[in-house]
Amino acid sequence: MIWGEMLLDREVHTACGSDMMSDVLAFVKDQSVLLTGLCNMQAIRTAEMMDIICIVFVRGKVPDEAMIQLAREREIVLLSSGHRMFSACGLLYEKGLRGGAPYR
Amino acid sequence: MINYITLTYQVSGDDFTRAGEASSDVKSKLKQMGVSPEMVRKVAISMYEGEINMVIHAHGGIIKVTISPHEILMVLEDQGPGIPDVEKAMQAGYSTAPENIRSLGFGAGMGLPNMKKYTDEMDIKTKIGVGTTVTMKVKL
Ligand SMILES: Nc1ncnc2c1ncn2[C@@H]1O[C@H](COP(=O)(O)OP(=O)(O)OP(=O)(O)O)[C@@H](O)[C@H]1O
Ligand SMILES: [Mg+2]
Repeated sequence: MIWGEMLLDREVHTACGSDMMSDVLAFVKDQSVLLTGLCNMQAIRTAEMMDIICIVFVRGKVPDEAMIQLAREREIVLLSSGHRMFSACGLLYEKGLRGGAPYR
Repeated sequence: MINYITLTYQVSGDDFTRAGEASSDVKSKLKQMGVSPEMVRKVAISMYEGEINMVIHAHGGIIKVTISPHEILMVLEDQGPGIPDVEKAMQAGYSTAPENIRSLGFGAGMGLPNMKKYTDEMDIKTKIGVGTTVTMKVKL
């Protein structure tokens, strides 16, 4: 947990995973969690534009202070996991998170 | 009563970490004004794609957003290299972005088609060596 303890009562049902923000912007619809190995400001910006409320950084990526600051302003919860993308997605899927409607 | 507002943003071409600040500001202003979340998102996504394009393909530029009761108009103007073949550029998957842009999470060739998808009207005027102006409209 990097930031957002006070927002832990929020409920999420759907997630998406990608390192490409281009794809998140083009293919994601109404998902509330983003799993990504991309650790830069644009990951937070993309989440902001898409109304994503939680980002899980995979492969042990840890956001810097500027990213945390932006996430704080936009109330986006930040988590970091040592798992790789596939395993991190699998763990959340097992707990009931889904991908949402298929594309098209 | 004021029924329209124009916002102007200077987008820097040298600082990728700051790309998206203009779109972010517009998003929060629209939200504050009580525009529906669906419309806010349409504007935010299309403007952000355009702003990112400006930064990665055209060394920055100027964005003007006009908010009126029935529509939101976005005009993104740059003095970059221009787009040689607009029809090709509009195709999903077409990108000239170099590898270092891909490692920053962009360059899948999805931006322009996505802007088209989320707006009601879109027009690109471009001239090689002079620049590109992208105009987008979202009806409220
Ligand atoms: N403002 C611009 N100035 C010059 N060329 C541009 C501009 N905008 C887009 N292009 C050209 O059009 C191509 C397609 O743009 P598009 O936004 O669809 O994809 P991308 O930016 O390469 O990748 P993505 O948007 O998926 O991250 C770009 O690769 C670039 O060659
Ligand atoms: Mg683009």
